[in-house]
Amino acid sequence: MSTLAAYATSTGEAFQFWVLGTVAVIGALCTVFMKKAVHSALCLAGTMIVLAVFYLANGAYFLGIVQIVVYTGAIMMLFLFVVMLVGVTAADSLKETIKGQRWLALLCGLGFAVLLVGGIGNASLKEFNGLGQANSAGNVEGLAALIFTKYVFAFEITGALLITAAVGAMVLTHRERTERAKTQRELAEERVREGKHLPPLPAPGVYARHNAVDIAGLLPDGTPSELTVSKTLRDRGQIRDVSSEALSDLRALEQRADERLGRSGHAASSTDDAASGGKKEAAK
Amino acid sequence: MSPVNYLYLAALLFAIGATGVLIRRNAIVVFMCIELMLNACNLTLVTFSRMHGNLDGQIIAFFTMVVAAAEVVVGLAIIVSLFRSRHSASVDDASLMKL
Amino acid sequence: MENLIALLVAAPLLGAAVLLCGGRRLDRGGHWIGTLLAVVSFAVGVLLFTDMLGKDPEHRAMHQALFSWIPVEGFQADVAFQLDQLSMTFVLLITGVGSLIHVYSIGYMEHDERRRRFFGYLNLFLAAMLLLVIADNYLLLYVGWEGVGLASYLLIGFWQHKPSAATAAKKAFLVNRVGDMGLSIAIMLMFTTFGTFAFGPVLESTSETSEGMLTAIGLMLLLAACGKSAQVPLQSWLGDAMEGPTPVSALIHAATMVTAGVYLITRSGAIFNGAPDAQLAVVIVGAVTLLFGAIVGCAKDDIKKALAGSTMSQIGYMILAAGLGPIGYAFAIMHLVTHGFFKAGLFLGAGSVMHGMNDEVDMRKYGGLRKYMPVTFVTFGLGYLAIIGFPGLSGFWSKDKIIEAAFAYDDGIRGWIFGGVALLGAGITAFYMTRVMIMTFFGEKRWQPDAEGNEPHPHESPRSMTIPMIVLAFGSVFAGGLFSLNESFVKWLEPVTQFEHPHPVISVPAITASTVVVLLLGAALAYVMYGRKEVPVTAPRGSLLTRAARRDLLQDDFNHVVLVRGGEHLTRSLVYVDHTMVDGAVNGTAAGFGGLSGRLRKVQNGFARSYAVSMFGGTAILIAATLLMRAV
Repeated sequence: MSTLAAYATSTGEAFQFWVLGTVAVIGALCTVFMKKAVHSALCLAGTMIVLAVFYLANGAYFLGIVQIVVYTGAIMMLFLFVVMLVGVTAADSLKETIKGQRWLALLCGLGFAVLLVGGIGNASLKEFNGLGQANSAGNVEGLAALIFTKYVFAFEITGALLITAAVGAMVLTHRERTERAKTQRELAEERVREGKHLPPLPAPGVYARHNAVDIAGLLPDGTPSELTVSKTLRDRGQIRDVSSEALSDLRALEQRADERLGRSGHAASSTDDAASGGKKEAAK
Repeated sequence: MSPVNYLYLAALLFAIGATGVLIRRNAIVVFMCIELMLNACNLTLVTFSRMHGNLDGQIIAFFTMVVAAAEVVVGLAIIVSLFRSRHSASVDDASLMKL
Repeated sequence: MENLIALLVAAPLLGAAVLLCGGRRLDRGGHWIGTLLAVVSFAVGVLLFTDMLGKDPEHRAMHQALFSWIPVEGFQADVAFQLDQLSMTFVLLITGVGSLIHVYSIGYMEHDERRRRFFGYLNLFLAAMLLLVIADNYLLLYVGWEGVGLASYLLIGFWQHKPSAATAAKKAFLVNRVGDMGLSIAIMLMFTTFGTFAFGPVLESTSETSEGMLTAIGLMLLLAACGKSAQVPLQSWLGDAMEGPTPVSALIHAATMVTAGVYLITRSGAIFNGAPDAQLAVVIVGAVTLLFGAIVGCAKDDIKKALAGSTMSQIGYMILAAGLGPIGYAFAIMHLVTHGFFKAGLFLGAGSVMHGMNDEVDMRKYGGLRKYMPVTFVTFGLGYLAIIGFPGLSGFWSKDKIIEAAFAYDDGIRGWIFGGVALLGAGITAFYMTRVMIMTFFGEKRWQPDAEGNEPHPHESPRSMTIPMIVLAFGSVFAGGLFSLNESFVKWLEPVTQFEHPHPVISVPAITASTVVVLLLGAALAYVMYGRKEVPVTAPRGSLLTRAARRDLLQDDFNHVVLVRGGEHLTRSLVYVDHTMVDGAVNGTAAGFGGLSGRLRKVQNGFARSYAVSMFGGTAILIAATLLMRAV
């Protein structure tokens, strides 16, 4: 591994750079342009893993591992967790609402990239020492020696910062309950007062072939009642309506039976398929 | 290959992240883009560390990570409480500062 | 003895304070307090006069420093009095005539329920007027100047329930403000030029001052004198001021206050001596006013307004004389004193006539009154003879000297012009005074019952009114002769005003003779016009000049057209400029900024992302600039 941190990069590292660099750029672009936040988060995680590899390649072994553990492991998971909390399926519209914002942003981004690249290109970066000597006693040991000597105050202060951040996060997300929680009796009385469903909501429909939770139960007049399906599915619009489907199934079955038996009339239907008959009754 | 290429890559990633901050409306994605920019900076720090042959760059990158972690914790907490009160994570919805 | 000087002012001031603050309980005896304090002031004046007579002529001036009023570094204003021969003359005139008029007012204002207040105002006037003449610096003089203006305002408007009186008071006040402005500017100029306003230092250092500055100060003083003494162009208030009670007209608007301008010019003689242009302006103002007042006096049917025109004309004589320099100062003051006697007497006579005629002022409704009021007739007649300059009476001595001095203005055409004007004025004076005399006391009675059927019953006035008239008549007859005896008056004033013998362009006896001829001609003309035939009760239409003179030679129309309309146009155009240009600039700027900020406001759309773009763009520009600078 120490050869990677030599004065000149090896061919292997160059190959690795070009391949993984492409992946990193694509990942970054996807982070920006994916419609769903989840996808963005996953793409960013990919980019970060690539960056971890680059850290390792640059001789920063400790940082590479920390990058994987802290960034991709902890921070990105925190992101995903919040994305779940906020709504995992909600896709953003990428249509710009502020006039001229997109073009200004792209112009600025492009200009900034050009400036940075130009700046780096113009800078005299001929000096190239490599970390061989610095890492001679081991990368972790070298870092530790620095952190606990030269950077010890900064290190202490970051400790304070982390504690502050933890307290801050708690303060921001914690919601103080300002009133007593209602008891079941009070909730029931409230429902009576408001004239809403006194008993529990009806269960989803049960049919011979469909008793799934996403299928609404039918009211006496044959129309499906959305109340029988859970609120989450209702909000997502994932209710399946099988009332017409069952009828058409039945009709197709009867027709097939008639064709097979070569008779026209429906005298034999009851003998042929009792189950479908029962289902027909239920459908009616 | 010269390690300077890492710097070019970092510049590119930084610019992409900055553009993302400006374009995206979802606060979480905006936040991710900020993380991307921080990571790009870390890459330059690590690369400089290698170029100069000492570990100070890595130390600073390390501190950046710590600060980023703290920042993410607080930032996400803000986003969550914002979402709770507004039922939206769009940064454009919090536009009460205009006249 | 010098410590008594302050008592001159203090006595009437005390009277004013007591009477004005004392309330109703003084209603019964208040007029006696006021009169007593005026007499006290006169007595103090006489005491000081006798003391002064006992001294060497060069060292007669007395001085009393009371306290330092505004002691500031480089700005010293003291309340200090200076009593020299000039001030002494005025003090005696003011307190003497003033006391007489206080006595007269006791009878005249007998039926007025606000008599106490009237006497308070009179005392206030006396205090202010005395302060004016005994002040030893211009600032204190200014205090007195404003004080007499206030007293004049209060007394003209004393019958404030009459709108005409209230308006007249306001008019007098406003016109006087113009003159007061002149005096305040003159004082400021003096302070910047001399660094002080005390008479002594100012008047002694005039020889070291540029003529231009002296001319400026002189013209400002002349403006002040014009305002207070009702000289053209600030003459318009005096005629209307006759709305006040007649004793006020006699005391303030004939004998004393209106002569303050003459005092000011005479006192500032050193300044005018150094500024011939200002002196010429003074002479011109005096000459113009002399004719102006005389012409107005010829046309008025209101006895008091005819006398007011006469006053204006006589003060014109004084101003004319004062403008002549050392050859005229003494005669100006002499005429002032004699005029004080006979004009006060004439006004008191007019008041006596009005008193007996139910306050009727129109002379066309008098006639033949000599039988009904003999004392008034005799005293008024003596005053009449004095004012027209009948040989031997007061007016003859003083006016004749002024005419001589006017002829001596210079050897050329100006001497002839000013002398001729003064001579012509004497003729017109004789004309209008004879007219007043004939219309009032001679001919048939012309009075009729008024609207309510009260026929006037002319009667002689009470003793309190006739005695002052008699005293003043004595003054009218003998004062001039006494003053001219051995040139005593001129010598008396010489230490203050200097004196040079005038050298008229024609010989003195010729002037005297022509004066007498002119006044006889004027009187004869008046007799022909008014004495030979019946005077119509309603005024005939008259010639163009008569009609103009009845309207005070269109002075109010002139003021209205030039000042009021001009002022209106000026303010309107200023308002227009203010609205269009000033407001336009201000509002335009505001609207410009408003529009600009309306546009800029759109940048502040509240979206954090927009702000982020600005920040990011700014950063990019900064980096670009940095790189560019490094590259360069």
